[in-house]
Amino acid sequence: MGAEFVALSLPPIVIGVLVAIACALPGNFLLLRGQALIGDAISHVVLPGIVVAFLLTGLVATGPMLLGAAGAAVIAVVAIDAVRRLGRIESGAAMGVIFTAMFAGGVLLLEQSDTSNVHLDVEHALYGNLESLIWLDATGWASLTDPVALAGLPVELPRMALALVVIGLFLWLFWRPLALSTFDEGFARGLGIRTGPLGLALVIMSAIAAVAAFDAVGSIIVIAMFICPPAAARMMTNRLGHQVAWSVLFAALAAVLGYVLAGYGPLWIGASDSVSAAGMIATVSGIILGVAAVAGPHRTRNG
Amino acid sequence: MNLTLVTDRDTDQAVRAASPLAVRGMTVSYGQTPAIFSVDMTLRAGAMTAIVGPNGAGKSTLLKAALGVITPLAGSVTVFGGTMADMRDRIAYVPQRASVDWDFPVRVIDVVMMGMYRQLGLLGRVRGRHRALARDCLDRVGMADFAHRQIGQLSGGQQQRVFLARALAQEADIYVLDEPFAGVDAATEKAIVAVLQGLRDAGKTVLAVHHDLATVPDYFDDVVLLNTQVVAAGPVADTFTEDNLNAAYGGRLTTARADPESVAG
Repeated sequence: MGAEFVALSLPPIVIGVLVAIACALPGNFLLLRGQALIGDAISHVVLPGIVVAFLLTGLVATGPMLLGAAGAAVIAVVAIDAVRRLGRIESGAAMGVIFTAMFAGGVLLLEQSDTSNVHLDVEHALYGNLESLIWLDATGWASLTDPVALAGLPVELPRMALALVVIGLFLWLFWRPLALSTFDEGFARGLGIRTGPLGLALVIMSAIAAVAAFDAVGSIIVIAMFICPPAAARMMTNRLGHQVAWSVLFAALAAVLGYVLAGYGPLWIGASDSVSAAGMIATVSGIILGVAAVAGPHRTRNG
Repeated sequence: MNLTLVTDRDTDQAVRAASPLAVRGMTVSYGQTPAIFSVDMTLRAGAMTAIVGPNGAGKSTLLKAALGVITPLAGSVTVFGGTMADMRDRIAYVPQRASVDWDFPVRVIDVVMMGMYRQLGLLGRVRGRHRALARDCLDRVGMADFAHRQIGQLSGGQQQRVFLARALAQEADIYVLDEPFAGVDAATEKAIVAVLQGLRDAGKTVLAVHHDLATVPDYFDDVVLLNTQVVAAGPVADTFTEDNLNAAYGGRLTTARADPESVAG
């Protein structure tokens, strides 16, 4: 548990925790608004954006990919809203239409283009490559205070930390109108709160989390973290603030536990290889939800 | 001719300036057919006004359009002669109880605090006087002992009282309520009426969508009979007549009376 841990395991664990919390935070509000699947939708629709960005630039570079992913997310959000309004159907159905169509389009683009030779494939899109986010400049715990070594950190770590800060600030600043309009939209509008732009801002925050996380960890963790920690947290408390705090705790716990289990779990049961950290983190979050559903103190619905 | 028009406009200007809430030419449509069409409504200050009409008459729609909760196709609203944007602090709104998710993780006291949002703003500190006001509002509706309950644990009547307490916390001059007596117990109905009449006696203006025709004369001073358009409006004594009711309900009055629990759109 020294130099090797700091270089190989610490960065993926920290990134995993940042991803999990960044997704779980807006996930609380999405869940209470009955929009939980929007995280799922966003993490799927970014695929065509990334492929198009690659086709246009010919590069597997972070900048264009993030732009492509963000563009696709915005298009999807607008399209979902348009289908919902024009078709007069509920948002879940609108999301289903848009995100399956866009994800399928992304898969087709991926297969029809030259991207099969490069580090861009459907498997990567789903599971990411959390294990590969290592910190080669680290020589031990002392590296954490060494500016030269810190500069060599995987770029995903500061990017994810920035996304988390932006999302955290947004929720802190707009906590009251968000809670109010999520609970009682009519009353919120009567108070003069512009619930439409506010709801859109929440979805954009979710898109920031999903897009920033996508490259590092793939869509499996993103989808799981938008829903599982908030849903488990809802069964632990009847207060919104406490629910959000529980969801952060559960998200971090799933990330750490999942990474460790993926790396060492198979060894403990006698198998030789480790398993996908992203898959294990998502699985642990599901197990936490299951335990909360069975043993959480506030799991019964009222009325 | 021209002169008459100008005079009419001036007169209406004066009427609107004197009214707590005046609606002109309000038209709302959900699709092809209008839900309400060219509705004029002028509330009398210090009076309790009921909006009455058959299911689908557009009663809730009129309230929501007047408050800017939904966007009308046409129409204007003045509040004490000013714009809604300037006068929003003077209006408290109680939406239909069925319009919210009562499983939401929030306690009774937190719901009442929501009424102080315009005072507190985004990040204003909740101070002792805010908590004291919230407790006082709960006390006025007889819900002081339930402050720390989760809202889903309350009965329908108790939930409605909490909604009323939240409106009281807005410390407004106009109280607009959508079906405040829908699905509540008799004790709650009595308690709510007492609070509303107390507000009226303190000079506040009350507007409520109401579905129980039998209690209109007991509870309200004025009535607006609505069926997409305004059929009649004015003091209950002159307006709440058999003829006007038949016109509003289109001969379906017996059905309407037999079915007081139905929730209007």
